[in-house]
Amino acid sequence: MKAPRFSYVRPESLGSALELLAEHGDEARILAGVQSLMPTLNMRLSEPRLLIDINRIDALKGISFEDGTVRIGALARHAELLASPLVAEHLPLIAAAMPHVAHVAVRNRGTFGGSIALADPAAELPACAVALDATFVLASLRGRRTVPARSFFHGLYETALAEDELLVEARIPALAAGYRSSFLEFARRHGDFALAGVCCHAHVDGAVLSDVRLACFGSEDRPLFAGAASAAAEGRAWSGDVKQAVKAALGGDLDPIGSFHASAATRLHLAQVLTGRALDRMVRAG
Amino acid sequence: MADPSPSVGRPLPRSAARRLAFGRGRYADDLRFPGLLHLAFVRSPHAHARIVRIDPAPAIAAVPNARVFTGADIARVCGPWQASVDNLPTLVSPPQHIVAVDRAAWQGEPVAAVVAASRAEAEDAAAEVVVEWEPLPAAAIRDRTLDADAAPAHPELGGNLSYATLIRAGDPDAALAEAAHTVEGRFSFARHTGVPLEPRAVIADYDPGEGTLTVHGSHQAPWHQQDTLSRHLGIPEHLVRVVTPDIGGGFGIKLHIYGEEIAVSAVSRLLGRPVKYVADRMESFVSDVQARDQSVSARMGVDEDGGIRGLAVDALSSFGAYAAYGRPPVNEGMMTIMMTGGPYANGHYEGRLRIAFQNKPPSGMYRAVGQPIACAVTEQLVDWAADAAGIDPVDMRRRNYWTDEACPLTTPGGIGIRRLSLGRCLDRLVAMMDYGALRAEQAALRRNGVHRGIGVATFLEMTSIGPERYGPAGAHVSTQDGATVRLEPSGAVRCVTSVVEIGQGTHAALAQIVADCLGTAPQHVAVVGGDTALTPYGGGAWASRGLTIGGEAAWRAAQGLRQNILELAGSILQADPAGLDLAGGAVCDRATREARITLAEIGRIGHFRHDTLPPGVQPELAVTRHYVPDAVPFALANGVQGSSLEVDTETGEVRLLDHWVVEDCGRIVNPLLVEEQIRGGVVQGIGGALFEECCYDGEGQMLNASFADYLVPMAAEMPDIHVGHVETPLEGTALGAKGAGEAGTVGAPAAVLLAVNDAIRPLGAQVSSLPVTPESVLTAIAAARA
Repeated sequence: MKAPRFSYVRPESLGSALELLAEHGDEARILAGVQSLMPTLNMRLSEPRLLIDINRIDALKGISFEDGTVRIGALARHAELLASPLVAEHLPLIAAAMPHVAHVAVRNRGTFGGSIALADPAAELPACAVALDATFVLASLRGRRTVPARSFFHGLYETALAEDELLVEARIPALAAGYRSSFLEFARRHGDFALAGVCCHAHVDGAVLSDVRLACFGSEDRPLFAGAASAAAEGRAWSGDVKQAVKAALGGDLDPIGSFHASAATRLHLAQVLTGRALDRMVRAG
Repeated sequence: MADPSPSVGRPLPRSAARRLAFGRGRYADDLRFPGLLHLAFVRSPHAHARIVRIDPAPAIAAVPNARVFTGADIARVCGPWQASVDNLPTLVSPPQHIVAVDRAAWQGEPVAAVVAASRAEAEDAAAEVVVEWEPLPAAAIRDRTLDADAAPAHPELGGNLSYATLIRAGDPDAALAEAAHTVEGRFSFARHTGVPLEPRAVIADYDPGEGTLTVHGSHQAPWHQQDTLSRHLGIPEHLVRVVTPDIGGGFGIKLHIYGEEIAVSAVSRLLGRPVKYVADRMESFVSDVQARDQSVSARMGVDEDGGIRGLAVDALSSFGAYAAYGRPPVNEGMMTIMMTGGPYANGHYEGRLRIAFQNKPPSGMYRAVGQPIACAVTEQLVDWAADAAGIDPVDMRRRNYWTDEACPLTTPGGIGIRRLSLGRCLDRLVAMMDYGALRAEQAALRRNGVHRGIGVATFLEMTSIGPERYGPAGAHVSTQDGATVRLEPSGAVRCVTSVVEIGQGTHAALAQIVADCLGTAPQHVAVVGGDTALTPYGGGAWASRGLTIGGEAAWRAAQGLRQNILELAGSILQADPAGLDLAGGAVCDRATREARITLAEIGRIGHFRHDTLPPGVQPELAVTRHYVPDAVPFALANGVQGSSLEVDTETGEVRLLDHWVVEDCGRIVNPLLVEEQIRGGVVQGIGGALFEECCYDGEGQMLNASFADYLVPMAAEMPDIHVGHVETPLEGTALGAKGAGEAGTVGAPAAVLLAVNDAIRPLGAQVSSLPVTPESVLTAIAAARA
């Protein structure tokens, strides 16, 4: 397995990266942590003419906190997120998800931005971003724009990113008072792409849930905000009946894709079980 | 001064592990050859298709230094071969071209070989070779391959049946009809493959000057390769040399002869330059031999008190598109029907076997060959029968084992048993598991809705298979191994062995055996092997034979050298050799144990000071011996495994909690090596039980040919594996060692399957297809509720 021929360039600034993207468009691919890109190239599933290595661009690095918002640079490595006190304090959902992101070696190189921009439907971080109402900052020579996570993911490996755009960072509202998160996924082996997974985020007052945000992943072509299931729990005291209502509503939200790993029916069933359990845990965590 | 205590039996770390940990491993792909060309294959994208036309021109246009060899080009130097077994004349098997000619019979079959200056360029060129295909219907669903309307895997054969046979003993029909309880099941065992971490690799270097072919490669049986290369390429055997550097695992996958390896040698011969091919992982999944792949219907009848009355199995096994060439190919299925029911006293048996072709990669040997299937079927039936008779599964087994008084015997399946130690192994296992406490805990947790399961599985492990199996089959496979043991001038020792080191550590154990024979320490014994030009001729590394056969050969060679050393010492010391012994790195007085002359002094005089020896004394400080197993046709190891696990009945997840193995592999030369083999084998068995499966669609396309989708067992999911030993030395050999390499793989799938079914039995659910998946558990539970 050897990659086809390509050219390689390593810009030192965001500006020159954007110039290269503007010039080469779809014939270029961004090289960040290369945990997904390299296998794709070696299997010859993708034959870009140019790889733009953004690893030297400082403007894309780091994790910071300001005015109730956590900023995660596109180049922040998974291992950085896992070790970050800011993430642990302000984004407990992501902190809970990180140990499920592949394995140590992958987390050492793989980047937050890479995971978001690739939009693998079984990846954990895109779903966390949807549940937490993250906003993505996209840059091109045409300027900057922000896209909410819920409208960023368009389908299987498809996003709102234009050919000349680069994901710069995510801005994620920090955990507000009274809010809790819960994360669960089900994979055949630890670190594998999940057969089903759920991110829960809500205000919890006693057993009463409000501002409920459930995002499912692994079973659809993209991370999916489960609107009906979220609404079924909204404003209600968590109980066995509410759990049944959430699970039933999830059946309307989801239309899973089956594969040899698990059928569509199994994936829906798993998503329902996981969502019930995740909400159980979230309420109990108080 | 060497340690005077024997090293055999001690848990000594192996020196090779240290070398590998230092990053000094040298695998085939690490070797450098001047003028090397790289080869990549164009492979069939179809499971079954006619090759209408191959146009290499675009490849040459894209990569001018490339050369393309089609199947027809290769056939001009090496014709097709045909798997055959002399003593199975009814076996049907089509000729197989080294590289496909006219028709490809599985997705992944090589159809052209492309060489270039680098692997990347060879792949670039291969991608440009134009092949015009005419797809044919494929035989791709095992259980339908023998239907009247099934697509033929090979149109010229007129059907997919390759071989059928029947074993019958006693009157199984009457025995089953009269039994108080009858249990039955239909089992399915998925197709899987061995996935050694290092893929298959070969560097062939034909020297047109001398007419020699030197092949470096990752192979378990270099002599088998040498023989095949010589015969099929028409190069005299003494001019063919096969060298095996470090090997990153084999598991049986690398004991076969592959068309790719012959094609690389053929291309080297045509070009007169060294040519390298290393399978990449995606190629490995569609070209390494695949195994298991059986459906088995089975029935067992027992008395009121649980005594087994009769047993019948009907197995449908699969070959893929071809049976692997060069070795008896029917073993997966034959082992199933020969070994089923093996541990248990029973006189009424029927084993029916049919083997069919499919348009999938060729089938071959994979660790434990058929025995995991026999074990899982037998043990599940025994558990179900115990349940029907209301007997605890452990008691059920104890009352049905062959007794010592019944031995020696031949089982209805045809397995010769000299002596077993199943009762002792079971007692040991029950104590290690604390079986009673586990059952109590299981019952207590069940009241809280927690579904724990316990499985106890008995296994027989056929190891070190001797000449009875390979000789009459006409296989060019040597069932003996050899060793040369040599005293160096410094008193250090070298052992040159035919045993191939594939990561299992056999060479370290050989050092222990030789050291003990010569009264020295293992660190003073260097073991080398892996070169057909330089080492004694032998079999290599397969069938858990390393110590049983290769160890015995090393023992004999070392004993011969010992005698020569004592005789030389006798002349030097003017003493009777019979009164001398070897200990502590020296020749000593047998009675007083007083050291008389060191091995170093013997080495110095024997090699450098012949002038000081009496006339007529010829020091022979190197001795070669071979050993072919003659006492028994194979060494039968046995043991019991236990599994404890928890099933999440909402998600179908199986969480492994603990695993226990008690094994009797005869004399243990090095417990560390044995336990590594057991644990590794258990992990591979668990792979078959819960994870591994080559998934195909109905057209014969493999759906999961990558490590992302073909799930090998990983450390995080593995339980602690506790290993205990019972030692019953193998009769008729000096060492008494039996094989230990496959025991874990034989018994683990059964133990896990039984434990899963034990966990979900209260729900009325059961599974009988391996691997057990979350989906299959959920489906079984849903079916029970419906």
